[in-house]
Amino acid sequence: MAVSQLSAQDTDQLLERARAGDRGALARLISVLERGGDAAASVERGLSSRGAGGYTVGITGAPGAGKSTLVNTLLGEALADAGRVALLAVDPTSPLSRGALLGDRVRMHSHAASSQVFIRSMASRGQLGGLAVATRSARRLLEACGWPLILIETVGVGQVELDVASTTDTVVVVLNPGWGDEVQANKAGLMEVADIFVINKADKAGLQATRRDLESALASLPAERRPAIVETVASEGRGAADLWAAIASHREAITLSGELASRRQQQLRAELHGLIDARLEAELDQLFASGAADTHLEAVAAGALDMAAAGDVLLRELCRRASAAIAG
Amino acid sequence: MSTAGKRILMAKTGLDGHWRGPTVVAKALRDAGFEVIMIGMARPEEVMQASIDEDVDLVGLNIGGHVDVAVRAIGMVRESRPEVPIFVGGVVPPHAKRKLEGLGVEVYPPGSQLPDIVAAAMRLTGAA
Repeated sequence: MAVSQLSAQDTDQLLERARAGDRGALARLISVLERGGDAAASVERGLSSRGAGGYTVGITGAPGAGKSTLVNTLLGEALADAGRVALLAVDPTSPLSRGALLGDRVRMHSHAASSQVFIRSMASRGQLGGLAVATRSARRLLEACGWPLILIETVGVGQVELDVASTTDTVVVVLNPGWGDEVQANKAGLMEVADIFVINKADKAGLQATRRDLESALASLPAERRPAIVETVASEGRGAADLWAAIASHREAITLSGELASRRQQQLRAELHGLIDARLEAELDQLFASGAADTHLEAVAAGALDMAAAGDVLLRELCRRASAAIAG
Repeated sequence: MSTAGKRILMAKTGLDGHWRGPTVVAKALRDAGFEVIMIGMARPEEVMQASIDEDVDLVGLNIGGHVDVAVRAIGMVRESRPEVPIFVGGVVPPHAKRKLEGLGVEVYPPGSQLPDIVAAAMRLTGAA
């Protein structure tokens, strides 16, 4: 049955099957969450009563840094550690065609046929934060279905796509030798959210300079908050065990210090914020599509109304429509 | 209907290193609005697992002459996701074309036109 035609009863049944280990049901539910709407809301309701039992690791970095290859080797370590591991791998959706080429799996053949590994490619579908709109809820679904460890690979990012930081428990930022300099290493954004830095392709020239720039940028942080730096050559599997050890040690540190609990609070906060944001945005799109803004726009163009005043009027109208939508 | 949110798995079951064909097809499908999940060269078990986990609406196989492997992959996908259509491209000898079509699979041998392949994907996923 098409995802768009599922009733609440259907999604409840799918959820029951997914919890019992049916991967087809789990996969279908992720599609439901991606599509949004009533069926997705009904899945969310089914998830709400469950506590979050898993642990989530985010892998982010620039396009071509080697994230997917690194994840392929990490899956082996994660498998040995947790017994089962799920991966959500996000790639960009074209803003032009709405299509996407999701290629992360090309580098993930080592564990692709294992029943203990679940890999799902997600298209970003218009989200600009490095993840897809449904990544957070898919993570909660995986946790509810008993996956103890979840890896999330972002789209190739620049400096400010930081949704991963409010979605995962440990953030791994992947860089390469020859990357930037000390000024880059001190810039705001991506460099601030890393719990662990990986210098991948460590067999390439420029390794020492990159490590030195990173170390000096991190030197001002107190030792217990200073991210580990791990060198890897993911294509040969080198450094994967070191990276996994660094992840385990970060996990242990934030669990003991109580920071994990506050991170989880922030994650919920970000998710709720994002949910309201998405609904308001949809309502705003409708408001403009309905022509409600047209007369105000004309007035602004004619100089009879200023932009801020037009914004006030439309914001009031937006709020009215949003509350009517909830009441209805 | 539209291609929005429709997902297509693209795999190479042949052992040759020819990537150009499947890459060109994948890009054409992307430009038509599909989400194309590329898994590269893959064993039949991987094709099957990916067709389940990725909840795809269509499976495309580039078979590069290795018909037996393709037939095994088709059999495994059919068993786990019988409702999912499959189409095949790449170097397909005439006898293999007949064999594959006998399995209910659409075949696009060398010389097939991209618009025809995209149109087939739209028809097979119900997007057309």
